[in-house]
Amino acid sequence: MTTSYSWTLAVGFLVFGPVLGALLAGIDRRLTARMQSRRGPPLLQPVYDVLKLFEKDTLVVTRLQTLYLWGFLFFMVISGFILFLGSDLLLSLFALTVSGIFLCLAAYATNSPYSNIGSSRELMLMMAYEPMLIMVPLGFFLVADSFRVSDIVAGEPWQVLQLSGILIGFLFVLTIKLRKSPFDLSSSHHGHQELVKGITTDLSGSDLALVEIGHWYENTILLAWLYLFFAPLGVVWALPIALVLFFAEVLIDNTHARLTWTSTLKGTWSVTALFGVTNLMLLPLIA
Amino acid sequence: MSFLKKSPWVLHYAATSCNGCDIELLACLTPLYDVERFGIVNTGNPKHADIFLVTGSVNEESRKVVENLYAQMPDPKVVVAIGACALSGGIFRDAYNVYGGIDQVLPVDVYVPGCAARPEAIIDGVVRALAILEERARERKTQRKLVTS
Amino acid sequence: MPLIALLMGFPLLAGLAILLASTPERRADLVRRSAYAIGAVSLLLAVVYFRAGPQFFVIWDGLAQVLDLLFMLGGIGVSLYLLYACRRIKGLEWYIPVLILVQMGLILVAELAADHPEVARPFYIDSFSILMALIVGLVGGLICIHAIRYMQDYQAHAEEVADRRPAFFMMLFIFLAAMFGIVFTNHLPWLFFFWEVTTLCSFWLISYSGTEEAIRNGFRALGLNLIGGIAFAGAIVWLTLGPGLHTWELDQLVAAGSALALIPAVLIGIAGLTKSAQMPFSSWLLGAMVAPTPVSALLHSSTMVKAGVFMLVKFAPVYHDTLAGFLLALIGGLTFLITSLVAVNQRNAKRVLAYSTIANLGLIIMCAGIGTATTLWAAILLILFHAVAKALLFLGVGTTEHLIGSRDIEDMEGLVYRRPVLAATLLIGILGMFLAPFGMLLSKYACFQAFLSLDVLPGDGILLAAILAFGSAPTLFFWSKWLGKLAAMPRRAQPIELPIPRDEAIALFALTVVTYVACALFPLADWVFVQPYTGFLTGEGLIPAGDERIPWENIAMMTAMLGGLFLLPLVFWLLPPQATAVSGYLSGANVDGSASYQGAMGAEREVASRGYYLAGFIREETMIRNGLIGSGSLLLLMLIGASL
Repeated sequence: MTTSYSWTLAVGFLVFGPVLGALLAGIDRRLTARMQSRRGPPLLQPVYDVLKLFEKDTLVVTRLQTLYLWGFLFFMVISGFILFLGSDLLLSLFALTVSGIFLCLAAYATNSPYSNIGSSRELMLMMAYEPMLIMVPLGFFLVADSFRVSDIVAGEPWQVLQLSGILIGFLFVLTIKLRKSPFDLSSSHHGHQELVKGITTDLSGSDLALVEIGHWYENTILLAWLYLFFAPLGVVWALPIALVLFFAEVLIDNTHARLTWTSTLKGTWSVTALFGVTNLMLLPLIA
Repeated sequence: MSFLKKSPWVLHYAATSCNGCDIELLACLTPLYDVERFGIVNTGNPKHADIFLVTGSVNEESRKVVENLYAQMPDPKVVVAIGACALSGGIFRDAYNVYGGIDQVLPVDVYVPGCAARPEAIIDGVVRALAILEERARERKTQRKLVTS
Repeated sequence: MPLIALLMGFPLLAGLAILLASTPERRADLVRRSAYAIGAVSLLLAVVYFRAGPQFFVIWDGLAQVLDLLFMLGGIGVSLYLLYACRRIKGLEWYIPVLILVQMGLILVAELAADHPEVARPFYIDSFSILMALIVGLVGGLICIHAIRYMQDYQAHAEEVADRRPAFFMMLFIFLAAMFGIVFTNHLPWLFFFWEVTTLCSFWLISYSGTEEAIRNGFRALGLNLIGGIAFAGAIVWLTLGPGLHTWELDQLVAAGSALALIPAVLIGIAGLTKSAQMPFSSWLLGAMVAPTPVSALLHSSTMVKAGVFMLVKFAPVYHDTLAGFLLALIGGLTFLITSLVAVNQRNAKRVLAYSTIANLGLIIMCAGIGTATTLWAAILLILFHAVAKALLFLGVGTTEHLIGSRDIEDMEGLVYRRPVLAATLLIGILGMFLAPFGMLLSKYACFQAFLSLDVLPGDGILLAAILAFGSAPTLFFWSKWLGKLAAMPRRAQPIELPIPRDEAIALFALTVVTYVACALFPLADWVFVQPYTGFLTGEGLIPAGDERIPWENIAMMTAMLGGLFLLPLVFWLLPPQATAVSGYLSGANVDGSASYQGAMGAEREVASRGYYLAGFIREETMIRNGLIGSGSLLLLMLIGASL
């Protein structure tokens, strides 16, 4: 059950979640720059960006888009809060999904062709990765006999071996979740492309800042999901491993060209079936 | 202090340019100059941009686009004209179909000369634009306070 | 008991009165009053039998015999009417009269058998049937009210359709009466009579317009439902003449458990599958789209399909922990997966709703097939949420269609701005259908938990869980896509001037409130309607007591999410953020705001962008065909599995 410790963690997430997420984003940008033999921006660049966005005016196509973005941020925070409280992983996932839907709504509301394509593709990506993301709590349930994060953390150290297929599948969809190439279909990191900035094209000023903050929270949440696989090993092992795997996505980002949505969808579902479902099926034999 | 200085996002538009300046401008993003060091990002989207970098001599077709893009940029914002054509029309200034300079259609804040403008000059222009941007941010802040009170 | 008799009898009388009403105004008035009366009585019933455990009613012997005779003659009458209707069959539909005769023969064999079982307690009531009665009474009643004005417009638009409105409204009310019969009858042959009446009503209502298409679809619905009817009649024959169990009482059949009651339960299960339009019988519900919208709303939300899942949920204790039950769940799962995928293809809002109904019922049947306390809990809540939200959506789409002249989702672009009130009803309907923390979430949660604890075959639960996971993804896609269309800012102002007619507005508003309340107060609904029912079943040892109830912490979190969902718009309204309006990004080529741009050769072009329908990726025919083959084989396996 929830203890004062888990409440501390959850409240800590509310405050420091975005800070950690921003740092992850900063490291990401710097790593990318280094891989391209550039120096890259300061570590705190994502923070500067967001603080600047708050100084700017906000241009909207419709005022309601801001309301949808509030929904996006609210459910993102709730998702992380549930996760860090040590509560239900499946519920946390549902909240994460709702949050994604709200982001799409904001983009749909602006109704420019680029935002439309971006949000349609984002929904497509959600459809692609959702089954695999659901497999993760299911896998944990089968090894830890609970959807509760606190029980999963207290699980057996070899759960990551039992769930290795799920881990592979999760790493695959993590690339999509982080909007990394080859799956950056909905919103590219570099705006001067055919889909401009996709889902965020028509968001500006504080609206865009909200999206960025939401993504910081999301970074932290995803890192925490990754951490969960290794959590029983203890923080000394688990955190470095999770970080290394997290930043491995940057390497993939920089070495792959974008895929079409059909291949993304087919690929992701195949990986889900091949690694996710098979892993679950074989679990009784491994356990 | 304003964070605009630490995170200037630029929008680049070639208003009937020969693309010489544009290539130099893009060169600023390459590892040699790496303007991302200063937080500069080429957004390709007016709604995200703080600094509007325009090249070329502007004709009737591109005038509308330049105006639309400028209108879709949130305040505070600055315009930097890059290259001889953007300053005055350059070698095209006597042509019947060009306006001859960005300042014919938009209020330009910084002029970067050259044919083509060198990357160092462009970076220097952006840095000068930052000072203006910061000033505008301050003005905008007081304006907002007046509106709310 | 008097209340139950009133619920079954009153709509019938009201229907007759409506048929004979002298003027359209009187008829409208009668429909309105009767619908309110039915709603009021069902509410009264819920109050009188508040949290009641199962109670059975014995009726006077003479009356029972009269009813027996009446229902038997009624059954024959229904069959004869259907045979008469068969004069309009064509081509391959010759099988329909054959099915009618087989079914009539079967039920007569059972009823005329020398030592047929006696039924001591022909009627009953429990909290689940009260919930069903509320759904039928309130939602069904509101649909009837909505229909008053809708049918007026419908007849005005479709001049070639013969105006049979008096009979139409009578059929709606008879339909409601039969539904009340189904949820309160413990006497299987009588239940079967009500079952057949719903088949008859749906057949009549689907073919209402009298066009070729409507008649063909009506016969398809009839044919497929007759297959279920035969299975039902077969179950009754088995219970009369077969070895083992010798009873006509529903509660005894359910209490007999899987060892004794599996064969009749599976047969009735097939009847339930046909009625709730599961694969391989799903096509009739799509065909039913040709009927006027209130009929679709009625078939999809409160009646017909709900009768099917009602029976399946009733028999869940028998299916629990059997191969047949697992296969039943698999049929539901397959239907869920396939129809969710196919729904992505649809641009026609009514077809989206139809496929999503079938998918949702598939989910309920998955729950029923597993039959633990938690899944039953999920199934019953799903029935509730689906009934209210789907009725709201259908009526909302019907009204929208009248106002904008289209049921194409693409044409609903910007409804939030063009018609805020109407859009709000659609939004709440869609949110109620799928979005956390509403109905679907809870049910999915309970399902995942139950599936993973399942132990019939190796890997069974994983299979179901995987189906659910893959099926949920397209659900999310097509609902969000629709939400996005509604929420999109229109590129040009195009307000709709027509007002929403009063009766339609009443129905929509009331259903919106009901959906809202059902979602916000679902723990209350759970406490009042579901817990007494599952509590009784676990108390009797019919289903295992679930220790895997959803923990309070999750409920608290869901409440917080729900609260946020309500509070955010409020805060937004009170403290609107500063922003300046600007046109959408069109690469700087905007000509008329967001609406048009300058294209090649300086031409001004309208901006157009459409949603994704993945027509090249998901092929409706192929998917449906594969689904039919798969579910058909599962059905056969289920029959074999039950008889082993």
